[in-house]
Amino acid sequence: MSARRGALGLALLLAAAATAAAQAPRAGEQQVHEVATQLRCVVCQNLSVADSPSEMAGQMRAIVRERLEAGQTPEQVVRYFVDRYGEWILLSPPRHGFTLLVWVVPAVAALAGLALAGLLLVRWTRRPSGAPAAGAGVDAAMRERIRREVEREP
Amino acid sequence: MTRRPVRWLLPLSVVPLLALLAYGFRVNPHEIPSPLVGRPAPGFALQTFEGAPFALEAQRGKVVVLNFWASWCRPACYEEAPVLERQWRTYRERGLVVIGVDIQDRDEAARTFVREFGLSFPNGRDTAGKVSVDYGVYGVPETFFIDRQGRIRAKHVGAVTDEAFRTNVEKLLADTTG
Repeated sequence: MSARRGALGLALLLAAAATAAAQAPRAGEQQVHEVATQLRCVVCQNLSVADSPSEMAGQMRAIVRERLEAGQTPEQVVRYFVDRYGEWILLSPPRHGFTLLVWVVPAVAALAGLALAGLLLVRWTRRPSGAPAAGAGVDAAMRERIRREVEREP
Repeated sequence: MTRRPVRWLLPLSVVPLLALLAYGFRVNPHEIPSPLVGRPAPGFALQTFEGAPFALEAQRGKVVVLNFWASWCRPACYEEAPVLERQWRTYRERGLVVIGVDIQDRDEAARTFVREFGLSFPNGRDTAGKVSVDYGVYGVPETFFIDRQGRIRAKHVGAVTDEAFRTNVEKLLADTTG
């Protein structure tokens, strides 16, 4: 009986230890993933380090993990890669210098488009009320002729 | 009256876009300027295929050519291997150090490569990729020219030619000042 209880206790303890062990690195894994998604895979330039199955990306993820475990902040880890590869390594273009354009131009263009659409909308909706009644383009002589032509038809 | 400028503005708005595309298509996206040129070369230590230790820090005072390669890197690494060996033989008496770092490779394949080309300068594997990331390597081959003070003075991407090797090494060997 007591042996069985001991075994049960041990099993519970092991299960608790296993879940604790499984949970602790998962939090780290999440952080590794967050950093890795910001970095461009250097051998497959359109993928992030988090998504690439390449060996190089695997090695880069290991370096990210190791640095985070050594107590570096995610920003410090990203900076480490930027120091070596330049800003090219960042998947999102940095929000300063020339690449700021990439962030600003779409917003400006959208606003300009919206303004233009608004302007045109106002113009198009105002014209009928401001314009004279329909048929203004047809002069009196022409109107008279049309009336005669219509009346002559059987 | 307001129609006139609008009619001109629309086609004109394409011009900056075309200019950007013209610029973009001329730039080689595979060529990435290294921020490391002019900076101190990151230290590293590895074991050569012969089992000897190699540490960059121990080479201070010598001009070092650091070459990253892989046995699967065809044809560039195969083109430059004879160049490296030839140039190393030419400059070794003048104190030049050439070190080959094999990255993302398998041990047997790498050893075969070294044997086939009869490379006599030290070569070793960067098994965890730490050396290559420290040097911002994004493809092989890449070659770094390090001066006597341990600073990276030039980076060559792609197969190194006799001309590129000679020019860089001569300049660094001539520079004996602080």
